[in-house]
Amino acid sequence: MITSWARTRAHTGWELRLLLRNGEQLLLVFIIPIVLVLALGLTSFVPGGIDAAIPKVLSISILATCFTSLAIATGFERRSGALRFLATTSLTRANLLAGKAIATAVVTLLSMLVVLLLGVLLGWRPGWAWPLSILIALLGAFTFAAWGLFLAGALRAEAVLAVANGVFLTLILFGGIIISPDQMPNILGSIIEFTPSAALVDALTIALTNQTPSTAELLPPAIVLAVWGSIGALLARRYFRWE
Amino acid sequence: MANTVLQVENLVIHYGSTSAVDDTSFSVTAGQVTALVGPNGAGKTSTVEVCTGLRAATSGSVALFGRSPADAASRSRIGVMLQTGGLYPTAKPLEWLTYLAKLYPDPADPITLLKTLGIDPATKTTTRRLSGGEQQRVKLAAALLPNPELLFLDEPTAGLDPAARRELLAALGALRDLGTAIVLTTHQLGDVEEIADFVLVMVAGKIVASGTVAALTGAADITSFRATSGIDLNGLTSALGAQFQVMEIKPGQYEVRGQASPQLLADITKWCAATGIQATEIRSGGRTLEDIVIAATEVKQ
Repeated sequence: MITSWARTRAHTGWELRLLLRNGEQLLLVFIIPIVLVLALGLTSFVPGGIDAAIPKVLSISILATCFTSLAIATGFERRSGALRFLATTSLTRANLLAGKAIATAVVTLLSMLVVLLLGVLLGWRPGWAWPLSILIALLGAFTFAAWGLFLAGALRAEAVLAVANGVFLTLILFGGIIISPDQMPNILGSIIEFTPSAALVDALTIALTNQTPSTAELLPPAIVLAVWGSIGALLARRYFRWE
Repeated sequence: MANTVLQVENLVIHYGSTSAVDDTSFSVTAGQVTALVGPNGAGKTSTVEVCTGLRAATSGSVALFGRSPADAASRSRIGVMLQTGGLYPTAKPLEWLTYLAKLYPDPADPITLLKTLGIDPATKTTTRRLSGGEQQRVKLAAALLPNPELLFLDEPTAGLDPAARRELLAALGALRDLGTAIVLTTHQLGDVEEIADFVLVMVAGKIVASGTVAALTGAADITSFRATSGIDLNGLTSALGAQFQVMEIKPGQYEVRGQASPQLLADITKWCAATGIQATEIRSGGRTLEDIVIAATEVKQ
């Protein structure tokens, strides 16, 4: 009998193989973040220069990889009947979702590494607590992957494409990534702070730029992310369909 | 029963308020080909979906090797060829099978399997760009990959040319002889007559007839022919003798019930010639499965 972990490992390998050879995925995961670091870091479009740009680019990269890209790819797997077939194999829903989540997390970390290295090459210097940003990025990856899988498993493939792209653009523009909540009108800014995208930017900014970030600073955005992630995971577990 | 690999009891499947399968029971035995036939919408696919763990039953029970189909261990002993799905569109055949092989405890060698089924293992073509027949063969390879004890095949000969179809049926026969149980869902009733050991006729969610092909088609007690509608049934009965019963089962389609023999065929054609009736498609040895399915469908409607 193949163990559950062996099946998850096999599926993780399969997902990584598909992810890393897909041109569109590579564009989203590596090329766009690199272009964004160069564009935002070397211009004054974003106040705060490269220090502010790096957390924003990382957030966009996590959102693109773990939410948009994962949702669209999974939606098309459902439409093609590939998932329907996998449901008849020994792969369980938990194996499938875990394989996808782990593969996405690995790609996220690779993307993060590229962004951080490029930032350093451009003269950016992270704070001493930068390793915390890895944990935050993984929490963000979990949150957005949960919602991506929920969308992909609950909606029709065509609807997944539209909704995933729509949510992606909305969160980038109005979810506290490009425009910070504190640049928005008071009430709106307060509401946007509770979006997962704003919480991710906030937590990454604290971890990457503060020399000694305090728990009091990091905890609120981390809790916001964790709550969103837990809700998404529960919904994915409940509503994810193979076909 | 030691050799029962699939036991379905009082299965009910509802989609909202629509009933797809209604209190169906049957079993599948090792080393036999069991065919599930019936018109579209009969509930065949829904039944297979529940048996393969794709869907949950509304009520009733399904035991796959004595366990639930939801159990990964029981699913690792089956192979499934779905009518739709079964391929990863952007993957090459070998890489898809190599991945799938990692999900099973004792898989077949993907390269050997592809070669046996006439697919070049080194092909760089992704499965979505293969021809219909090639796609069908890769799907079959995926179903055979686990070295399954129970194989579910949904329309396996669709898209195959006659030679490939014949090879496939021969291969299934060989698997059956090795002890593999096969559940075949198809509209190709000729395939069923050729290979099935047991047939389940499903109409409107219920099994309305079951048995061996010979038992279902009535063996040698029916002789059928076609002629213009409304011929003199009493006249023909008188000519054949009281031991025969003549019926027009649908306009222009006649059945003579009674022991078939060369003499009976001669008497029918003689009476037709004498009354100026052009009889065609005279056939003895019972009805075809197609007749059975159509008749069962009409009765149900």
